[in-house]
Amino acid sequence: MSTAPITAAAPDAGADPRAEGALLAATDVRKGFGLTQALDGASLEIGPGELVAVLGASGSGKSTLLHCLAGLIRPDAGTVSYRGQDLAGLSDSARSALRRADFGFVFQFGQLVPELSCLENTALPLRLNGMRRRPAEERAREWLDRLDVADLADKRPGELSGGQGQRAAIARALVTGPAVVFADEPTGALDSLNSERVMALLVTAARESGAAVLLVTHDMRVAAYADREVVVQDGRTREPGRGR
Amino acid sequence: MSLGHTILGLLEPGPRHGYDLKRAYDERFGRARALPYGQVYATLSRLLKNGLVEACGTEQGEGPERKRYVITEAGITDVSRWLTEPESPASYLQSTLYTKVVLALMTGRPAREVLETQRAEHLRHMRELTRRKLAGDLADQLLCDHALIHLDADLRWLELTASRLDELAGKVRA
Repeated sequence: MSTAPITAAAPDAGADPRAEGALLAATDVRKGFGLTQALDGASLEIGPGELVAVLGASGSGKSTLLHCLAGLIRPDAGTVSYRGQDLAGLSDSARSALRRADFGFVFQFGQLVPELSCLENTALPLRLNGMRRRPAEERAREWLDRLDVADLADKRPGELSGGQGQRAAIARALVTGPAVVFADEPTGALDSLNSERVMALLVTAARESGAAVLLVTHDMRVAAYADREVVVQDGRTREPGRGR
Repeated sequence: MSLGHTILGLLEPGPRHGYDLKRAYDERFGRARALPYGQVYATLSRLLKNGLVEACGTEQGEGPERKRYVITEAGITDVSRWLTEPESPASYLQSTLYTKVVLALMTGRPAREVLETQRAEHLRHMRELTRRKLAGDLADQLLCDHALIHLDADLRWLELTASRLDELAGKVRA
């Protein structure tokens, strides 16, 4: 079993995102929790720099699919591969290293550490990857600035509004220069105006940094920010317009 | 939208000639479609006839003389009434889509495909509007948001109808 993290090659910005194979792919993935079959043969591919929306009703299995793709849970059957390598072949520590180096995460709630300032939260993934405090916080500050929350650097998460917290979370997700950002209902707890602002910032920042985004949502207006959509229904995937 | 009331509104701050009105209209409201000159003059002529505007002299330019128009008290009252009255909510696309779905069911055609095709087209248009919104200024954003919210409502209706299609088929074929 390999324990080495997968080498992250820079994506070719000019190429068709999926021309040279998927960056990340789930193939015929199955996952059950007790008597519930959350995924029952789900497949999804995402190319470098692509923005894909995963749509589906509550309980359809879309978040479970995201967790499988991100290596947070192991599927019962089927494969998840990143840059051509099966994640099942990696040890837990190698998968953790991969998540820290190559993946970024934005969730609906509770992703910032309450005891840390906004700046420390944003710098945290870099610190966990071994970067020294000063350069880590300098880079974190640059990202907070790009997300228009530089003036909140010293605030704790409890002092931020929902929209401000999500901007800090996006800064934290992108600070390591990940190849893939997983965003699970990133605007689910926000009002319309903040939802629009957060999506515009997330999409612009991801496009500028070349990161692919896997966006789980049940909101079609949020899904419209993506390049294409994959629908999850009863644990299976289909891609409208692609005959799948 | 009432072009007459919009022109009256543009005249309320002060007199303007026809070309000036067209320019002001295109700048503020004509992003999707510029206003043809003919329509400006036809509308002004109707407003003049109804006593809502008056001619107030001419302006000498490089080309032909330009007639200036000023809003009357009756015109101001008319604009005020239009601005304070709510618009009657239109039924948009649903009636056409409902007709298509029912006809597909009645004639044994795949009604689910009608809904799926429409859903894909709606989403494609929503992506286009979202791209325009991201690149645009506040006016673009507000106009795109209005269209996006209506398309979103249509999509919800399409999803709801898809989930009740068997029930509808039963009623239609009964």
